Amino acid sequence: MAVTPPEQRIWWNEPIERVELVWIVIAFLWGLFMFGFMIAWHFIGQQNLSKEAYRIAPSAYEAKVDEFAKKFTVREEQGIPVVKPKPGTDVYLLGRLWQWWPILELEKGVSYRIHLSSIDWQHGFSLQPVNINISVHPGYEHVISLTPTQSGEFGIICNEFCGIGHHTMTGKIYVTEQKRAEAEQRLAGGR
Amino acid sequence: MTAETVIGAVPAQAEFRTCQYTGLKVDTAAQALIKANAVAAVVFLAIGGLMGLLVALTRWPAVHLLPADWFYLILTGHGANVLLFWIIFFEMAVLYFASAILLNSRLAAPKLAWVGFVMMVVGAIATNVAVLQGDSSVMFTSYPPMKAQPHFYLGLILFAVGALIGCAIFFATLAIAKEEKTYEGSIPLVTFGALTAAIIAVFTIASGAIILIPTWLWSLGLINDIDPLMYKVVWWAMGHSSQQINVSAHVSLWYLTAALLVGAKPLSEKVSRTAFFMYILFLQLASAHHLLADPALDASWKIVNTSYMMYLAVLGSMVHGLTVPGAIESAQRKNGYNRGVFEWLRKSPWGHPAWAGMFLSLVFFGFIGGISGVVLGTEQLNVLMHNTIYVPGHFHGTVVAGTTLAFMGATYLVLPLVFEREILFPKLAKIQPYLFGIGAAGISLFMMGAGTLGVPRRHWDITFSDANLSFAHSAGAFLMMGLNGIFAIIAAIGGILFILVVVGTVFFGEKIKAGHKLTFPLHSGGGAAVSHYGSEKAPKLPGTIILVMIFFVCFVLYYFINWKYLSELWLFR
Repeated sequence: MAVTPPEQRIWWNEPIERVELVWIVIAFLWGLFMFGFMIAWHFIGQQNLSKEAYRIAPSAYEAKVDEFAKKFTVREEQGIPVVKPKPGTDVYLLGRLWQWWPILELEKGVSYRIHLSSIDWQHGFSLQPVNINISVHPGYEHVISLTPTQSGEFGIICNEFCGIGHHTMTGKIYVTEQKRAEAEQRLAGGR
Repeated sequence: MTAETVIGAVPAQAEFRTCQYTGLKVDTAAQALIKANAVAAVVFLAIGGLMGLLVALTRWPAVHLLPADWFYLILTGHGANVLLFWIIFFEMAVLYFASAILLNSRLAAPKLAWVGFVMMVVGAIATNVAVLQGDSSVMFTSYPPMKAQPHFYLGLILFAVGALIGCAIFFATLAIAKEEKTYEGSIPLVTFGALTAAIIAVFTIASGAIILIPTWLWSLGLINDIDPLMYKVVWWAMGHSSQQINVSAHVSLWYLTAALLVGAKPLSEKVSRTAFFMYILFLQLASAHHLLADPALDASWKIVNTSYMMYLAVLGSMVHGLTVPGAIESAQRKNGYNRGVFEWLRKSPWGHPAWAGMFLSLVFFGFIGGISGVVLGTEQLNVLMHNTIYVPGHFHGTVVAGTTLAFMGATYLVLPLVFEREILFPKLAKIQPYLFGIGAAGISLFMMGAGTLGVPRRHWDITFSDANLSFAHSAGAFLMMGLNGIFAIIAAIGGILFILVVVGTVFFGEKIKAGHKLTFPLHSGGGAAVSHYGSEKAPKLPGTIILVMIFFVCFVLYYFINWKYLSELWLFR
């Protein structure tokens, strides 16, 4: 029994049952497949988290975001600037107690370099209802190339506990359809 | 170094009694320590379980019980009490049982073991006090720069050092048993499993010390800054690996329960032991799967740590997933339940709570905890559910429906065998594992469902009613959270019954004297009937093969469904 010493003193030489052996082989191959599929997705898939990141002082990051917002603000909503960056450029988003700042307006089908960082605690960037979830650290500037594939209004919520106001920490992204003329112009321009 | 030098040159002076059911020699010092640790475990389960119910009732949108500050406080306490204190106290009892009692040996240094126990109790209380004072609501992960009171960290450190002493006593007892030749040949499989748990525990506690001691100094103001990412990397070497102690421990208990109740014998000692050994080699690396959505870590680092190595550990669990039911099937067939494919399963002792707890734990751990764990641990898929309530869904599948249920089941063996008491409310005990198991499985599944729909974890109000910018989750998400609340109540009733039965039995259960029949007899003739066949006789196991194939198909389907979800997300790289 499993509660008594093995009957064979040298249990290592016991033959393995066929059922067990077959299952071990199946399980091993399945593990190998799952391992390979992650690597393969870097080539066949279009959802792979960027590893581009820089160390940055929180105050320096805050200054960058402020400058970015000042440059591209198109209107205000609830006292928060709505920022519409040029298509395909660098976009800065800041997490702090307790908001995602500023509000972004992006275009569908265009790739942006989204910079993510926090100036205080750790936060969780959770884009809803798309369900893309990324950790955000103070001191680390993470750069992600993101291409919205749907238009509409999207919420950003915080999913890393960051204190008593955690549940009020939200943000917003608007995604607009590209104007046909602009899109054609961009195509003609060799983009 | 011999065992004598470890414990000092004290001759064997332990007092023993003889167990009337198993004939094993029981060191009364070990017995007292098992009792103390089991009682402490149950106390912290009661506190932590109650906190869990309050959390679930707050997260049920229609009830929304607690205010925000209390919610985060209770959630922090819930994690510490059930995930650490309940489980590790119980594991100490398992270690003492698997060493001294199963090996017929005396326990090494019982006085030192008591010192360890007292440290664990003091540490657990200090952490609970810090949490209840209200300024240490930093959650179980306690990520800096969020800061708790110094005695929050100090309590955890004390508790860990106490547990480390328990592991040392376990190793020393193995050495004594070997030296004094209290058993022949190799240690039993259950003890081997406990040994892997203890080895993983040492690694884990060392990682905990490496990160918690500086964090403690930081909270005292002696260190200026803790890098949040470095903290996370080292913390998870403790945080996730400590859960692998549980896996090793509860898999050992599956084998133990199957052996005691139907006389199950491992199909092959070699295969089962190698599967345990793989946990030691590979499981720690799986810790990295908590860092898949973090910046500044290379994709190849993530893949190596979380995947190939992790899959070798997953392989270990998948092997146990066949060998445990396989051992049961072949034992039951030898017991005479040989008709058809599933008579062995139908005629299993389902009315015995230890059996029910063990088998449900096996099924839920594999189907819910295991599959979701692999999906969460896949580099790209993780982005779909990182930090959503899917994560607690997964680990409630592993540590509640898996570990806790297995521990509860084993308690029904501990009560008659170690406490020597009749179960006080046998009818309640009979339904308890089913209530708790179904509740826990429901919680896990509905949290996973809500997480797939984007509901964040550790979140007081998913309606975002106070938020400046509003966002509304889908109706499905609210439904899932409501169902989660309902199943939490079912689990809580199961938990309350467990506390009632255990506490009642310990204090008021009839003392079992020689020749007294147990309320839940061990399977008649169990053990003797099946101790003489070896794996070379190759028993046919059609039932087990079917069960394992069902599991495999579910695993593959669920894995690819998630890739399908992922492929529909916005593009990112």
